[in-house]
Amino acid sequence: MSLLDFARGPALQWSVFVFIVGVLWRLFGVLLLRSKKDLSEPRNRAAWKGLRLIALRSWPRREFLEGTAFGEVMGYAFHVGFLVTLFFFAPHVVFFADVARGLIGTDLRGLIGVGWPTLPNGIITLLAAVSVAALLALLVHRLVNPVKRLISNFDDYFSWFVTIAPLVTGLLAFSHLAGWPYERLLAWHLLSVELLLVWFPFGKLMHAFTIFAARGTTGMIFERRGASL
Amino acid sequence: MSSPTVADFLRSRGVTRRDFLNFCASTTALLGLPASMAPRVAAALGQARRPSVIWLPFQECTGCTESITRAHGATLESLIFEAISLDYQHTLQAAAGDAAERARTQAMKDHWGKYLLIVDGSIPTGNPGYGTIAGHDNLSMLKETAEGAAAIIALGTCAAYGGIPGAAPNPTGAVPVGDVIKDKPIVNVPGCPPIPVVITGVLVQYLTFGKLPELDALGRPRSFYGQTIHDRCYRRPFYERGQFAESFDDEGARRGWCLYKLGCKGPTTYNACATVKWNNGTSFPIEAGHGCIGCSQPGFWDQGGFYQPLSVGNWGNARTVGTAAAIGTVLGVAAATLARRRQRDAEEAAK
Repeated sequence: MSLLDFARGPALQWSVFVFIVGVLWRLFGVLLLRSKKDLSEPRNRAAWKGLRLIALRSWPRREFLEGTAFGEVMGYAFHVGFLVTLFFFAPHVVFFADVARGLIGTDLRGLIGVGWPTLPNGIITLLAAVSVAALLALLVHRLVNPVKRLISNFDDYFSWFVTIAPLVTGLLAFSHLAGWPYERLLAWHLLSVELLLVWFPFGKLMHAFTIFAARGTTGMIFERRGASL
Repeated sequence: MSSPTVADFLRSRGVTRRDFLNFCASTTALLGLPASMAPRVAAALGQARRPSVIWLPFQECTGCTESITRAHGATLESLIFEAISLDYQHTLQAAAGDAAERARTQAMKDHWGKYLLIVDGSIPTGNPGYGTIAGHDNLSMLKETAEGAAAIIALGTCAAYGGIPGAAPNPTGAVPVGDVIKDKPIVNVPGCPPIPVVITGVLVQYLTFGKLPELDALGRPRSFYGQTIHDRCYRRPFYERGQFAESFDDEGARRGWCLYKLGCKGPTTYNACATVKWNNGTSFPIEAGHGCIGCSQPGFWDQGGFYQPLSVGNWGNARTVGTAAAIGTVLGVAAATLARRRQRDAEEAAK
């Protein structure tokens, strides 16, 4: 069995398995926790209005802009580049379509008659490169800033590594780095993705599934107490 | 008496000096050599003596032989092939039975240590009876003939990597030449079948320089297998622009868009089809509207379906995903139940 066969076969199967088990374990484990009863008189009974915090927290507050602008800009640059690369690069779209067919028997084209669009490789390459640059800038910032360095732990650095690795290996595979056969680079790309999947539920990357629920819950608590959002 | 030179032979077949020089110039380019080497190739090839070649076909379909002898009309490439002294090839030779075997053993005796051995087809190791020629099983015939060979050319994917006979479940225990012979230089010329000009290119290099070409990690000549089909595909711009045929009869297919989504294995296949092409340079499979099936790669028959896109991996199925979801849910609910119990106990303790 070649490295590529291993990466496309058993390694992919087990990493997907671990990812699903881990994500659901963490999600149910958090969402089913008892929330502490708030006995105070609510200042605002329409607590659901606090859900707007999900959107509000996605944008920097003017009074803190000076201190957070770098992180916000780089954070968005990384996330947009990563997500566009993940969901609009043609080989990825083909993979997700196959997953959809395996789970529900059809892909998007079969459901609504229109397939998931793909973007030209030039745009994908540019955004992936921007994403890598942003991640490097964020790492430097974390290392240089004494406060951030102090509060960073293994989880932060390892999560950073497993996030940047698929981007870097993907770019190398796509550009056919001289001297390395494409299929070896492709195998390393797949293995890096599989490392990401395995680590995902157990580290800070899990925020992808919990961030909006956490913001919504906080917003509703704040709204009930009459706090300014 | 020494054998005639390649130039003598070609002249006797009516090949002009101009045609011969043109052939040498194009072959020099194909071998990845500088153009300034063309006169040297012509001089060396012209003076080269016809080498003795023994060709052993084992578990094969004769496609490799067809490729070089029947693919198209007589060309200089096929004449170069004829220029070798093919002392044994049981499909092509007129002799049969003991006479054929005598030809092989006589050629081995006369050219011991100097003859070139071409093997096409894989070698069955499961049972000697799976493949026999004149009472000799394939494995022992290969070992016996390889012993006196100067070098071996494993022609076609079956001889190079096991090919179709070696595909799962490999009922005959088929192995490639490289798994049997360890002490001789082996050049793998894979393809199902290999491109004729690649076969003659290797022969020309051997005749001209007296040595085998530079090989890649899979034992293939770098000059012909150095790039992927995808790298040199004329449909590559469509891949870059994200324009793909979704089926073989849609608008994208009619416009000649990229066949990646239809399972083309061009990105992982190293061969010269996209540049040298087939049938006298007419076209190649992708140009004819079908994706590359990766026939020059090891294990190409077992790489999933020919129509399964490359990026589709074996991620599991609805059952494995459902099992994982069930396990994750049970673990999560159990963890939450334990946590809630601890929360309740802590609250009661606080009262």
